[in-house]
Amino acid sequence: MSATAQDPNIGRVEIPDVLDLRHTYDSATDKINGVILTKKTPVPIAVAMGICFLLAGLLFMTIGRLLTMGIGIWGNNQPVAWAFDIINFVWWIGIGHAGTLISAILFLFRQEWRTSINRFAEAMTIFAVMCAGLFPLLHTGRPWLAYWLFPYPNVMQMYPQFRSPLMWDVFAVSTYFTVSALFWYTGLIPDLASLRDRAKNKLTKIIAGVAAMGWRGSARHWQRYDIIYLLLAGISTPLVISVHSIVALDFAVSQLPGWHTTIFPPYFVAGAVFSGFAMVLTLAIPVRALFGFKDFITQKHLDAISKVMLATGLIVVYGYAMEAFIALVYSANPHEEFLMKNRMFGPYAWSYWMLILCNAVIPQLLWFKRIRLHTGIVWVISIFINIGMWLERFVILVTTLHRDFVPSSWGMYKPTIFDFSMFIGTIGFFGLLMCLFIRFVPMIAGFELRELLHKKKSHHH
Amino acid sequence: MAQIFHSSANTIARLSIIGAGLLVAGGLVTLDQLTRSPYTTEVGVARAQPVPFSHKHHANMGIDCRYCHTSVEKAAFAGIPPTKTCMNCHSMIFADAPMLEPVRESWRTGESLQWNRVHDLPQFAYFNHSIHVAKGIGCSTCHGRVDEMPLVHKANTLYMQWCLECHRAPENFVRPKDKIFDMAWTPPANQREVGLELVKEYKIDTEHYKMLDCNLCHR
Repeated sequence: MSATAQDPNIGRVEIPDVLDLRHTYDSATDKINGVILTKKTPVPIAVAMGICFLLAGLLFMTIGRLLTMGIGIWGNNQPVAWAFDIINFVWWIGIGHAGTLISAILFLFRQEWRTSINRFAEAMTIFAVMCAGLFPLLHTGRPWLAYWLFPYPNVMQMYPQFRSPLMWDVFAVSTYFTVSALFWYTGLIPDLASLRDRAKNKLTKIIAGVAAMGWRGSARHWQRYDIIYLLLAGISTPLVISVHSIVALDFAVSQLPGWHTTIFPPYFVAGAVFSGFAMVLTLAIPVRALFGFKDFITQKHLDAISKVMLATGLIVVYGYAMEAFIALVYSANPHEEFLMKNRMFGPYAWSYWMLILCNAVIPQLLWFKRIRLHTGIVWVISIFINIGMWLERFVILVTTLHRDFVPSSWGMYKPTIFDFSMFIGTIGFFGLLMCLFIRFVPMIAGFELRELLHKKKSHHH
Repeated sequence: MAQIFHSSANTIARLSIIGAGLLVAGGLVTLDQLTRSPYTTEVGVARAQPVPFSHKHHANMGIDCRYCHTSVEKAAFAGIPPTKTCMNCHSMIFADAPMLEPVRESWRTGESLQWNRVHDLPQFAYFNHSIHVAKGIGCSTCHGRVDEMPLVHKANTLYMQWCLECHRAPENFVRPKDKIFDMAWTPPANQREVGLELVKEYKIDTEHYKMLDCNLCHR
């Protein structure tokens, strides 16, 4: 630690500090706000926004067709009644886990490296949960009646079935979204205020001013802010575990081979964090290069994220191993055994082995420091993990469902063009929201960065 | 530096916290009340008909419900009488009344009268009149005092919670077989006792949730 601080040439140290200490409060704030307080949108962002806008249009066209034609336009049907819709739901909600983990758990553990990526990861979480929520909503077939999912006094005298994990999902996901959004917005307030104070344009001043809710940065404000932020971090922490546990229970509570297993909740949570951190890297690496944020999001961050990915990835691999062990050796259940053999060598074997390659083999490269410090390779690995985590859900859903207990009801699953357009569409919608966020909201928590800068500088001088 | 906001913005901001809550709560309460109000349910709202047929008038003359609604004891649908049934009397009495011209026209041309349905159950709910009559549910339990309605209106919402009220506790509503078509029947003081006896007598299965099975009505 002290060696790093005494070295004025931070760039030369193999793993640099979490931020470039040559920055002053002013220069850091200017750099962050500079992205917003300008009329110029960087060309890559504008191009990305355009592409994402078109893809989001594809999403809404697909939804329009879905609402007029019904969910029959998707490929799922008996015996594979859950397919792309649920795969994508679980995939997106998993991605959403990094935000809360970084913001809440790393905050409680006082991890310095969370500071420059938490805002970004939280925004990613909120947008990912929005995409995730679309799928089960549309999967119901009649989304305009989705309010039936909530317990309210109604003229049908109907009440939700609280013994169903699908019902728990409704509450888990909506709670998660609400708390994440609150947490994100609370953290934004001081930065919105500094945006308001630095803006030259009257309209920007008014918009940022309303959003900052009269923040003046008085001691009383800060005292209350610290309390509420700590409380929200405390509330969010169990949610990181609960949400994906409940998603896992959607499967584990059923009695199908390959789903009915107690390891699902922890194994799903690890997978969620794994995919969430991969998505943070996939997005943060290009963004930091584009805006020159390498002083704030340093190699140290990429290194730390890579280590978290490696650790959670190993838990996931352990999950795969236990799944195979339980099915083939321990359970002595012919259905479980058949399922596992079918998964490995049946018609969808390609997806299983691709999953092993993406999630179990390739991430092992992260054991090496040289690879963790190579931005390009880390980025490519993060893409593989994103694909691998999608395949994991594909394997879990499709291989279990397509071989029913009775061979007469066996079938194969083929996605239709609308399955793909819906999935690609949500990626576009997510990207569009991300681009808008990057352009119009401070993507790095400026005041936390200044605090960290203060702490680091006063500590060493 | 000039202030962006007037000092009143503080008050507006504080009020908006309460205001937003009230707006959401008020909106939900309004929606709920609207669903239960006659505006939506049409309870007590008389429907216009091609001929202003008065149930009150005809019932008070002593015509039995089944004279017109012939299939109520045998079929799912109680039955709307053909024009011929009207003409049984009206070829002789009020034979020239201008009010009855649509009836005579229907009689001449053979085109049915197009009555406006008052009790319009959704297609996804299966309902059978005959089983209700056979198990001791009288006309007035659901339709109210039709013998006091000049133009028929709904006496009940036909909402599912209303159906369930009886399906959960039929003993509160069943009546003796000879009182089914008695419009003036009201539950006696010891309805619960009598009702439980009748439920047993009619073999209404209240023990196995049969009466609450989704599939019973949503087939």
